[in-house]
Amino acid sequence: MIRAENIRKSFGDQEVLKGITTVFEQGKTNLIIGRSGAGKTVMLKILVGLLQPTSGAIWYGDTNFSDLNAKQRKAIRSEMGMLFQGSALFDSMTVEENVRFPLDMFTNMTKGEKLKQVNETLDRVELTGSNNKYPSEVSGGMQKRVGIARAIILNPKYLFCDEPNSGLDPTTSMLIDELIQKITVENQMTTIINTHDMNSVMEIGDKINLLYFGELAWQGNCKEVVNSDNELLQDFIFASPFLRRLRDAALKNGKGNL
Amino acid sequence: MYWKETMRQMNDIGVGSLVIVGLVSVFIGAVTAVQFSYQLGGSTIPKYYIGYIVRDIMIIELAPTFTCLALAGKVGSNMAAELGGMRQKEQIDALEVMGVDTPAYLILPKILAALVVIPMLVIFSAFLGMAGGYLACWGGGLLSSADFMQGLRAFFDPYNVFMMEIKAFVFAFILTSVSCYQGFYVTGGSIELGKASTSAVVISNIMILLADYVIALLLT
Repeated sequence: MIRAENIRKSFGDQEVLKGITTVFEQGKTNLIIGRSGAGKTVMLKILVGLLQPTSGAIWYGDTNFSDLNAKQRKAIRSEMGMLFQGSALFDSMTVEENVRFPLDMFTNMTKGEKLKQVNETLDRVELTGSNNKYPSEVSGGMQKRVGIARAIILNPKYLFCDEPNSGLDPTTSMLIDELIQKITVENQMTTIINTHDMNSVMEIGDKINLLYFGELAWQGNCKEVVNSDNELLQDFIFASPFLRRLRDAALKNGKGNL
Repeated sequence: MYWKETMRQMNDIGVGSLVIVGLVSVFIGAVTAVQFSYQLGGSTIPKYYIGYIVRDIMIIELAPTFTCLALAGKVGSNMAAELGGMRQKEQIDALEVMGVDTPAYLILPKILAALVVIPMLVIFSAFLGMAGGYLACWGGGLLSSADFMQGLRAFFDPYNVFMMEIKAFVFAFILTSVSCYQGFYVTGGSIELGKASTSAVVISNIMILLADYVIALLLT
């Protein structure tokens, strides 16, 4: 479990996060949603320690992560995995080398053990046999899966995903969502996903945090979205006339769940 | 991993720069020989001094300085672009989230590799510069082969080699640390990356020339 306690972050005069307090639960896919500029990426970067909050604290279990120095953070970071928006794969390394990288850096496993673990992880993300390809030789969806494989190879307790669906077609997008949710449940990880993909919100949103210009505007789960009377949430989720008609039809038929 | 990365950098900096360093050195040596032949024309200074002058000027000044100026352009800009690209593609962030000490993993191998390989390149450059001088004198009929060789062997002071290697170490450190700094802390997009790459070369060159002057003052 990760707890954010009154997180504020300013860049110069501009306050980007205005006192966010929330809990990200274990074994669930916790979403941070919101329009561009709402503060999602800043929040995620604060959670993983790439940015320091102006005030407030991030708690990993009973440990105040914000108070730790770089050396002390290493222990918690060894339990983190992160999928970046652009996958952040190392261009000069093959798929296998990318996925193996955390093992090379942080374990004393033999070559054979590492290869076994890499192949098992590639199987989990359905990339069997892609070991020798370079990131430039695989599709965007496959790059995301390689990124996920690299993020989970050390069986982290915490998985962070920054816009995992960006730039992907809806089908691939759903596959990535399903994969993340499956891994989250299997490994009982605390997964935090930063997204503005409506499919993700409605399909895998175990816990949803809506940010609106740096403030937490709504919290709930995917089943509560349609019936919520929060206007900011409704405007954000059902932004297009088509989606609004769909929601209205569902409500009219008495099916509050899309 | 650190060892592997250092080896990769050594290969990139060393083997990857052999051609450019070789070409620059041969021509610099050749031009130096031709220019001094012209300067000494009509004087009472023995002609074989051309070999002596080419040798010492290559060792003391031209091999370390020209090699490192050329490397600042080739290797320095490459390092800045590589690290800047990694920063922009969030690869450095990815390493930090994993708990990797990013300066130690990304910058230290480059500096260590440069400190080992660049002094070797400078020695290579000094030899090729002398060879270039020899070829220019012999090929251009400026000096006999025997006279040039006599000059090369005359008044040799090993201290000059020590000075050359000191310069090589200092310049290697300057060009890698400046370039890595420019790339590692780049912000913004491709325009800023281009600027960082240019700054890496310009600042490295200025600092190398400044350091050259300071070392000359201190060691001579």
